[in-house]
Amino acid sequence: MERRAPAAAPLPRRLVIVPAFNEQDSVGGVIEEIRRFDTKLEIIVVDDGSDDRTAEVARAHGVHVVSLPFNLGIGAAVQTGFRYALANGFDLAVQIDADGQHVPSELPKLFAPLEAGEADLVIGSRFAGERAFRSSFTRRIGIRLFALTVSAIARRRLTDTTSGFRAVSRRGIVLFAADYPHDYPEVEATVMIVKHRLRLKEVPVRMRERTSGRSSITALRSFYYITKVLLALFVELFRSRKAPQEDA
Amino acid sequence: MTPLRVSIIGSIAAVIMLGLIFELIRRRHLRERYALVWVVTGLVLLTLAIWREGLNTLAGWAGVKTYPPSIFFAAILFFMLVLVLHFSIVLSRLSDQNVTLAQKLALLESRVREREQAENSTGG
Repeated sequence: MERRAPAAAPLPRRLVIVPAFNEQDSVGGVIEEIRRFDTKLEIIVVDDGSDDRTAEVARAHGVHVVSLPFNLGIGAAVQTGFRYALANGFDLAVQIDADGQHVPSELPKLFAPLEAGEADLVIGSRFAGERAFRSSFTRRIGIRLFALTVSAIARRRLTDTTSGFRAVSRRGIVLFAADYPHDYPEVEATVMIVKHRLRLKEVPVRMRERTSGRSSITALRSFYYITKVLLALFVELFRSRKAPQEDA
Repeated sequence: MTPLRVSIIGSIAAVIMLGLIFELIRRRHLRERYALVWVVTGLVLLTLAIWREGLNTLAGWAGVKTYPPSIFFAAILFFMLVLVLHFSIVLSRLSDQNVTLAQKLALLESRVREREQAENSTGG
């Protein structure tokens, strides 16, 4: 299949979205690992206004690279990937972080419920399984708090609403291309799926400690993060938005 | 009643402000939709400066008995808050539009680049 001419060849169905901000050291490894797992997956690296050679490195690995002119934040970067998926007719899209903490060999666990038509958003959870995941105390508190809140909204037990390792169906792509939360998007996006009456599923996955870089969420920011997201969730509950329909 | 000298100075200041606003609109430094609120402000200030019984009358309506000018300060403060809120709304909308523009630009840029590469590699 000729990757450079997506209009001529029959379109591939799955897109891997890799948001990357200053990840020149790890982005190449992540791309190669995805390739080793499945050579047919199309990959788009969204370079979120990096100061380093992230875009060049990614381009050298032969993937689609979209370079944002300046840093827009993780939410807008991932949404750029959804917009690409929407415009190019992908059936499902999965997000894999460029820092190497998501494991491509776990992808089938995310794809299976989507392709079976059981879900529109599948979240890879670090906690749903038996494996423990080490994290700082404040982060664990925050993650727990969000899990409880979102579980209450979704009326079912969820364990890891902050995970960035997640895949969406075409309906999810349509929704998120039109509207995706900005600063700390994962929790809010999960609630959006519920509010739009799309189906949500959580599957246990294995994750690695990040190979480079640090979490964008430091202890100092945790309080702001938690407050901001809880406020956003509260507002989200009072928002009645019709899910965007795809143009025929 | 407002002292005559205060009334005159206030009127001059209000007229200068209205003139400044007019000039800014004329030079297209201020959009009409944002200018309207400033024109109204200037007119209110001018009215209060010329109408020397105005402040006392308005305070009387509002039930302010002790210090009539407080009605003026309260009104100004409220007006400022509304204006700042308005600016926040405008800023939010602009930043949303900015994000969308940046995303569309980046997607287009990558399409152009890939198309050019495809053309070069086929010798076209």
